[in-house]
Amino acid sequence: MANLLVIVEHDQGQLKLATLAAVACAHKVVAEAGGSFDILVIGQNVGGTAELLRPYGADTVLVADDAQLQHPVGDKYAQVVADVAKQRGSTMVVGAASTFSKDILPRAAALLDAGMLSDVVDVRMAGGDFIFKRVMFAGNVIATVKLDGAVKFLTVRAAAFAQPPKAAEGSPVVGIPVEAGRLPAFIEYGGREAKVSGRPDSTEARVVVSGGRAIRSAEDFERLVGGLADALGGAVGSSRALVDAGITPNSLQVGQTGKIVAPDLYFAVGISGAIQHLAGMKDTKVIVAINKDPDAPIFEVADFGLVGDAYQVVPELVAKLKK
Amino acid sequence: MKILVPLKRVPDPDTRIRVKPDGSGVDLDGVKFAVNPFDSIALEEALRIKEKIGAVEVVVVTIGGQESVEQLRVGLAMGADRALLVQSADGLDALAIAKVLVAVYRREQPAFVLMGKQAIDDDSNQVGQMLAALLGMGQATFVSKLELVENDTKARCSRETDGGIETVTVKLPAIITSDLRLNEPRYVSLPGIMKARKKPLEEVALADLGLTAASRTQVLKLEPPASRKAGVRVKTVDELLEKLKNDVKVL
Repeated sequence: MANLLVIVEHDQGQLKLATLAAVACAHKVVAEAGGSFDILVIGQNVGGTAELLRPYGADTVLVADDAQLQHPVGDKYAQVVADVAKQRGSTMVVGAASTFSKDILPRAAALLDAGMLSDVVDVRMAGGDFIFKRVMFAGNVIATVKLDGAVKFLTVRAAAFAQPPKAAEGSPVVGIPVEAGRLPAFIEYGGREAKVSGRPDSTEARVVVSGGRAIRSAEDFERLVGGLADALGGAVGSSRALVDAGITPNSLQVGQTGKIVAPDLYFAVGISGAIQHLAGMKDTKVIVAINKDPDAPIFEVADFGLVGDAYQVVPELVAKLKK
Repeated sequence: MKILVPLKRVPDPDTRIRVKPDGSGVDLDGVKFAVNPFDSIALEEALRIKEKIGAVEVVVVTIGGQESVEQLRVGLAMGADRALLVQSADGLDALAIAKVLVAVYRREQPAFVLMGKQAIDDDSNQVGQMLAALLGMGQATFVSKLELVENDTKARCSRETDGGIETVTVKLPAIITSDLRLNEPRYVSLPGIMKARKKPLEEVALADLGLTAASRTQVLKLEPPASRKAGVRVKTVDELLEKLKNDVKVL
């Protein structure tokens, strides 16, 4: 019997869809081991977000709502997760793999002396034990592992768990009292520099167009990579090179230490295909590579490779798509 | 001021990693090893603070076998003042490593810990955060900019998050984990290597720290990911569009 706690990620109330993969993982575990799961929303004025999680078959949608929790500050959020997991007797705590979960969940795990597995892509039961698969070595190794201990923490890769089914009845929403005075205060939040974009998030879009070193300026990136993304209603992404050069913001970086995306269609425009970049997009259904260098490693993973200058190919592609 | 910098010995990041046919491990034959790139970045930052402030002792620590001494020597050659090897068998998971680092922290009493956000072999991104929890102190993770403020009692950090760059100020002592763009680490110089030979390198056993190793994670087997079908080259945009629309039907 498992008693799971799914940690919701939202951006100022806006639900991150990857959370549903964590819910789907909970469904799978309950299907294999029996038991139930709760969903936990943390923040300020997040009643609306909690409502969005009601259709997914949780025992309860728990809400920890307080002014001190307005921003996802690691020490406060980890304390809330640990306190709730303890209160509810949770045996497994799950979040989607993201910078939010990575900051908070390991800290919460250690507060409970629990082990943790990152980037889990499969869970099943065998001989009374949970057997997990997780990604290592920049996506080049899948490890099958067991994790001992009464409580286990996981982050899951969003692409590895399909959309969870909706339940017949909505889960009740229950507020959790937050003793604001007891929350740690080591960290002071100082704001976030976020560029508002009309485009979808690369982790949530069906199509992602990514640019690499061949793109020479922010204007060119917007025109070529942005232009192609817009023609396809997709998201934009970037290799590390462009972020390092200050041409794109860090939030666009796809790779081992950036975003992990698995859309239906990924265009790698002027990207050489370093191991670290591939780690972030290898699970895409169809990969298209456009690169001047016929020997670029990206062509080894691409389903369709076009050797050519991005500055020529992409405008032609955009023009023809618009027809 | 003392800064503690944990380092990990990992396969060189450009290694083409291959799983052994029996799944028992990764084929390390002929593989070059290096200091985990994120840890090099952490060490570089500590060295820059030392260069700026002056009275700073930078201590590098690693947990592993004798072969890890190689990476400690690289750390000393880069400019660390002292190195510590905690002898241990391989395969300790993040929680176990964090517990060892708690003991090292208590022994060394640094002003703060600066470490890589993740090791490029395990990719867990957990140790720093766990260490902070076990020590009951603050954390600043995925840091791309670090500034000591308020008389070195706090660290103002920029953090690289999925949603953009976030700023936090954390009270020291704290655990700070480095991200890619925090800095570009210096190369090891020949004079650095020569000086390193005279710097203190101490080895302790886990038992000396009052610990026994216990890893909760058991690796049962390793395998490569599902391989992709071989791709095709297309010569024109028209050909590409035709294939995307009709062959794979993604448009």
